Amino acid sequence: MEQNKRTVKLNFKLVISYLFALSFILNISSVKAESGGEEFNAGDMIMHHVMDAHEIHYMTLAKGTPEETHLSIPLPIILYTPDNGIEIFSSSKFHNDEHKYGRYIMHHEKIYIANEAGELDLDAEGHASNAKPLDLSITKTVAGIFICVILMFLVFGSVAKAYKKRPGQAPKGLQSFMEPLILFIRDEVAKPSIGPKYEKFMPYLLTVFFFIWFSNVLGLIPFVGGFNVTGNIAITIVLALFTFFITIIKGNKHYWAHIFATPGVPGWLLPLMIPIEILSMFSKPLVLNLRLFANILAGHIVILSFMSLIFLFKGMYGPGAGFGVSIVSMAFAMFINLLEILVAFLQAYVFTLLSALYFGDAVQEAHH
Amino acid sequence: MGLVEPGIGLIIWMTLAFLVVWVGLYKMAWPSILQSIKEREDSIQKALNSSSEAKAEVENLKSEIDEMRKEARAERETIITEARDSANKIVAESKEAAKAEYDRIVKAAQEDIRNEKNAALAEVKNQVAKFSIEIAEKVLNKELADKKAQESLVEDLLKSI
Repeated sequence: MEQNKRTVKLNFKLVISYLFALSFILNISSVKAESGGEEFNAGDMIMHHVMDAHEIHYMTLAKGTPEETHLSIPLPIILYTPDNGIEIFSSSKFHNDEHKYGRYIMHHEKIYIANEAGELDLDAEGHASNAKPLDLSITKTVAGIFICVILMFLVFGSVAKAYKKRPGQAPKGLQSFMEPLILFIRDEVAKPSIGPKYEKFMPYLLTVFFFIWFSNVLGLIPFVGGFNVTGNIAITIVLALFTFFITIIKGNKHYWAHIFATPGVPGWLLPLMIPIEILSMFSKPLVLNLRLFANILAGHIVILSFMSLIFLFKGMYGPGAGFGVSIVSMAFAMFINLLEILVAFLQAYVFTLLSALYFGDAVQEAHH
Repeated sequence: MGLVEPGIGLIIWMTLAFLVVWVGLYKMAWPSILQSIKEREDSIQKALNSSSEAKAEVENLKSEIDEMRKEARAERETIITEARDSANKIVAESKEAAKAEYDRIVKAAQEDIRNEKNAALAEVKNQVAKFSIEIAEKVLNKELADKKAQESLVEDLLKSI
């Protein structure tokens, strides 16, 4: 009886939250749908959402009319040019018809230096060939990175404090939530992959795991800005390069011997083997980078595609069809979103596990 | 294609931010967390070990107690047997001694009785002899009151020799 009551209550909660989410998203969609004349382009919308931007854009009100307003958080733009040094200003300065501020023009979220006529040199495909300043702006993705970093300092600072405050006691609160994950990385990832020397790699593995996991989850939370940190190739390149350099630096004699004089391989094969081994040395971080990037990006794109269906149907068959499709497509989007919560963890785990395996290769002793 | 074109600014910021969080957490979080977890694990392991040790010790003590009890029982058994044996022995000995005493007393009594009897018999014999002599004297005195009788007697005696 008691149990029954509880399930009913839970289901009720679930329904309420579903309706809430649905109404919220429909609200936004209706705002976007009223955008008037311009035809909805799913590809543009998705690309706009998954790519880096100089502001956190929530929605555009009254698009195409004179009262068009952008609900967005402008982010600081930091530019470096050898002649002008560092220039810092708000991205809201570009909020004009020409997307122009001073000598800079923003074109498709890229900042160019205007030519002598104060314009962009566009080629036939619409690509600008103007000179570009070094763009060190705090973009949406950089903001996402900062949020993750701050979150990590807060979470693990407090967890570390909890360990210091109550030594030898059972974990409590946040500490007991994080401890199984830390133990998971230590016992299931580091120990079996690296072996007895796992301890010196633990700080990196934990940092990388929690950074990827936090930023993956951050990208899944609606209404905080739609961060796509780990779905940006620059981020995954940096992470993969860290793993690559640690592998190279920590690689022992045996590791290098394996590359340049693979044991058990006849001498005449070495000219073939060495290039292959060197290639594999570089292909490892490359796949590490692409796997994480592609998985997270694909998740975002799939969810956004389901959302786009609503507007595509509305454009083709009218608002009724859009509403009808929204029920199915929201259900799918929610399902994918839940799946992405799993993928968020899984990809963080896979990246950490593969890094640990590469470190294991680098530090293992000869046992042939 | 914009998607696979890494932004230089992003790479720089990411490298910086990751280095900061890596070094920062390396300084203030990870070692102390890992150390604490390890220490707690060790202490739990130690507690488990000591509890199993204590258990083994209790088991040992129990078996020791059992051993002692067994020993005590055996000892009691031997003491009882010994006591019974010695009691039996004492009883037997005392019986023997009593019997010997009895025999000795009986023997002595018999000896006494025999002696008394002999003495009595001797006394009786003496008395009888005395009486006989006296009677014989009296008879002789009476018989040999005259001379003739005396002579006949001497004659008889001589004849018999």
